[in-house]
Amino acid sequence: MPRTARDVVFVDGVRTPFGKAGKGLYAETRADDLVVRVIRELLRRNPGLPPERVDEVAVAATTQTGDQGLTIGRSAALLAGLPRSVPGYAIDRMCAGAMTAVTTSGAGISFGAYDVAIAGGVEHMGRHPMGEGVDPNPRFLSEKLVDPSALVMGNTAENLHDRYPSITKERADAYALRSQEKVAKAYADGKLQPDLVEMLVRSAEQGYGLASADEPPRPETTLEGLAGLKTPFRAHGNVTPGNSAGLNDGATGAIIAAEDVAADLGLDARMRLVDFSFAGVDPEVMGEGPVPATERLLERQRMTMDDIGLVEINEAFAVQVLAFLEHFGVADDDARVNPWGGAIALGHPLASSGVRLMMQLARLFAERPDVRYGLTTMCVGMGMGGTVLWENTNWEGSAK
Amino acid sequence: MSSTDDQGAATGAPVSREALREVFADEVVTHALSRDVQLPYGAGKAVLITLDNGHDHNKPNTFGPAGLLSLDDAIEAARARSDISAVAVTGKPFIFAVGADLSGVPQVRDREQAYAVAKLGHDVFRKLGELDVPTFAFINGAAMGGGVEVALHCRYRTVSSGIPALSLPEAFLGLVPGWGGTYLLPRLIGVEKALKIVIDNPLAQNKTIKGPEVRELGIADAMFEPADFVEESLRWAARVVKGETTVERPEVDTGQAWDQAIDNARFMLEGKLHGAAPAPARALELVAASKDRTRDEGFAAEDEALADLMMSDELTAGLYAFDLNQKRAKRPAGAPDKSLARPITKVGVVGAGLMAGQLALLFARRLDVPVVMTDLDQDRLDKGVAYVHGEVDKLLGKGRITSDKANRLKAQVSGSLSMNAFSDADFVIEAVFEKMSVKQDVFAQVEAEVAPEAVLATNTSSLSITEMASKLKHPERVVGFHFFNPVAVLPLLEIVRGERTDDAALATAFATAKQLKKTAVLCKDAPAFVVNRLLTLFMGEVLGAVEEGTEPEVADRSVAPLGLPMSPLLLLQLVGPAVALHVSETLHEAFPDRFGVSEQLRRVVESGKTEIYGPDFQIDPEVREMFAGGGRPSSEEEIRQRALEAMAREIRIMLDEGVVAEPADIDLCLITGAGWPFHLGGITPYLDRSGVSEKVNGSLFHPNGPKAV
Repeated sequence: MPRTARDVVFVDGVRTPFGKAGKGLYAETRADDLVVRVIRELLRRNPGLPPERVDEVAVAATTQTGDQGLTIGRSAALLAGLPRSVPGYAIDRMCAGAMTAVTTSGAGISFGAYDVAIAGGVEHMGRHPMGEGVDPNPRFLSEKLVDPSALVMGNTAENLHDRYPSITKERADAYALRSQEKVAKAYADGKLQPDLVEMLVRSAEQGYGLASADEPPRPETTLEGLAGLKTPFRAHGNVTPGNSAGLNDGATGAIIAAEDVAADLGLDARMRLVDFSFAGVDPEVMGEGPVPATERLLERQRMTMDDIGLVEINEAFAVQVLAFLEHFGVADDDARVNPWGGAIALGHPLASSGVRLMMQLARLFAERPDVRYGLTTMCVGMGMGGTVLWENTNWEGSAK
Repeated sequence: MSSTDDQGAATGAPVSREALREVFADEVVTHALSRDVQLPYGAGKAVLITLDNGHDHNKPNTFGPAGLLSLDDAIEAARARSDISAVAVTGKPFIFAVGADLSGVPQVRDREQAYAVAKLGHDVFRKLGELDVPTFAFINGAAMGGGVEVALHCRYRTVSSGIPALSLPEAFLGLVPGWGGTYLLPRLIGVEKALKIVIDNPLAQNKTIKGPEVRELGIADAMFEPADFVEESLRWAARVVKGETTVERPEVDTGQAWDQAIDNARFMLEGKLHGAAPAPARALELVAASKDRTRDEGFAAEDEALADLMMSDELTAGLYAFDLNQKRAKRPAGAPDKSLARPITKVGVVGAGLMAGQLALLFARRLDVPVVMTDLDQDRLDKGVAYVHGEVDKLLGKGRITSDKANRLKAQVSGSLSMNAFSDADFVIEAVFEKMSVKQDVFAQVEAEVAPEAVLATNTSSLSITEMASKLKHPERVVGFHFFNPVAVLPLLEIVRGERTDDAALATAFATAKQLKKTAVLCKDAPAFVVNRLLTLFMGEVLGAVEEGTEPEVADRSVAPLGLPMSPLLLLQLVGPAVALHVSETLHEAFPDRFGVSEQLRRVVESGKTEIYGPDFQIDPEVREMFAGGGRPSSEEEIRQRALEAMAREIRIMLDEGVVAEPADIDLCLITGAGWPFHLGGITPYLDRSGVSEKVNGSLFHPNGPKAV
């Protein structure tokens, strides 16, 4: 029997507020509890979805030990109270973990193996610092397979400045400031809050508290302040804590479904998965990853950047966003790009961020029926990029 | 009530807050940690108070004076603010709060101090009900006593569906839930339901209820699942604050139904305790009066009751008994080092009768190893195994075990006509006819099959362990392992060391007892060990009085003022007249001057009668006939005194003989093996306080007051 691919839609997304790693909001809160809260809230917000209809729970984490171990998709599903018949698994593609959870389960839906999946990610960088327990093969160095700088993300960002000499520290700082300003405005306008689920946090010294808003944003940021920050990865370099995302804790999740099943169950279909692409680049300049990933995708879809009305690009580093924009000839302050700001202000709990981009794009689509296509894209450690192309289900058939 | 009034009321009391802190010098302080939280839905800011003593759930939150004052500070700080829309209280992970800090109670020296503790609790807790903003309790984990009362003072409550236990255990220990419990609870959920929590459950082995029942009874206004309980409680609270959720509670009937419920409870209590324990009755009277009292009057009456009861002998005995169960029961005195214990991978049970079946089921359930029963008769064997399988099915039917577990248990319990099946057993227990020669033969047969170090245990209730082992090649492996009927209900296990029993066998017995979840007490190989010796003596005095001419009803009623779980003749019926006679004969043989044998009882046994009381709760006329005769009737008072004096004398002799290590072990045995009550502290605290010890022995069992460690 010939197989027909099914349309896949993004139904809903939820995330915990993001916290600062270390002594931040979630210093004494478990990573798996963050995921559990997200899963439960997704089901609460979508009462039309019977829990037993969830065919897969795909949860990404970069460091899969401790409270992010034990096959976190499955353990979080059990802890969340999903029926035992619902399976789950763990995914890792570093920063693009949650994005990969969506593309993988989305592909499974399209293939016909699933009807509905929950896909998301978590990273508690306070409990699991980047590189925890890694044991790089000595051949990387002995055979010069990669430069040692490839393993330190800040160094790869400095390397990217080398590759794009036109991207100066001043441009990066200006971009970072705009990200902070856009997030502050989006918060003031109530754009970001609807996707947050408040999360109980515990402190042995202070008692229980409630995380209701993102902790990382610094609305007080100024260009002068940014200019004065140190460049920890290279003396007199370009990359500062101000023009990069911080170290953060948080979890995200989304309901992905076959479009016909979503309709049967009366679920929202907020955007349609059109295509996705992952691509590798030199690990030393991993920030360049979104360029080939997006190129490949646009080429396959016979589209150009002009066909794209909205771009949600992860801001691991300002330079990496600017490299992408420069490559595609898009202005640094193009209104299509991260209209509500990005990770420089909101934070980037590695494996969780991909779904944050998607929930933000879905909200933007709802406000912009004039836009048909949007991208979510991000760079990935070890030299990769990932891009997902989405179609606005609210599109009213005019313009792009 | 304003803040300054409160301060004045508390500091103006005869006993200062500082003085109270000194009384409770060892208090593990439960801190009230305040933190602002933003309520969802724009409902404003709330102060979330977390009760946390800084330890994990193994040391639950409790309230002593310092803890109360910490909560007071938190409430006062919230009261001073004008920018909050609610105050909520919750516990630390898995624990809300489990009540007053009882460890400090023995240090309370006088009624003034007791009154001050009682009043301080009220002074602090009541503020939660009298703040201008709505107050909420989020019962996230175990809540008992004062913990429940903190919640009751709040205007609203949510409960986690996962909480393992909520209770007001005060009446069980010898107190009343007097930090607002007796006043607030009946007015919240109605008197009938409140009495269940305040009186019935404490008197039913201190029963507790779980989350769903807390909601069902109306103690909590809403219930949420544990996974995100506090978050969802805060959402609910936000909707209540905004007026989007209205809390509807059924109106409490304070009319005739109230009085009727109180009368019923009073009748039940009188029948059960005969006035022996003051606390439950005091709690009942407080509940009864709550409907016509103002808050001030209700709380004041509670303060008085707490002050009285904290000074009472019954509370001292209750706390002692509680500690026995919590501490001594878990670390049996005289048990050898547990590292000497040998692992048990298979158990043999000789016999297939009812007792053998109960033992097989218990070993299979708790040890999770194969259990093989043997009998000479295939029919009896089949019946024995079928009994166990039937009990497993019952557990399955009640949902207590899964079907996989049921399959496993059934597969584990088998029968064999040959003791060959014991060849690889590490522990064999016999439950055959109580006759020395029979038991000696059985052990000889078992020894022929098992490995030299396999433990041979006997469930004998009165025969000598030493003699039973004497003909074996390895007598050092024999231990007494005496259960109490019904095995599944009574926790006591008397572990008896024979003269030749070695430490390894004994350690194995104690380790096994622990796995069986039994309370093990080490006893010397003395006739009838502890419980049967004392109960036989006690019952013997009552039967003796009957034989001398006291009406059996009068004799049976004579010890009612002690509040024992059942009357002596009812106990006789439960034990079975034949068994009782047998034990009394054994004891008479050993101690002819102190233990008699009732000829009337012998007559009852010979007649084949097993029921003393008929279904109408009257003594069976035929039995009554056999109890007739004698010309020297005694009064109830005389019989009671005589029975208690005999007990005091016998316990002193047992301690001198070294039957057990300390009076505490006697009490632990009576509490866990015979259900003797907390208000007597088992029995020795009562014998001391009633003057019997002094009169009979010239000394107290507890010269410095009862201590349970």
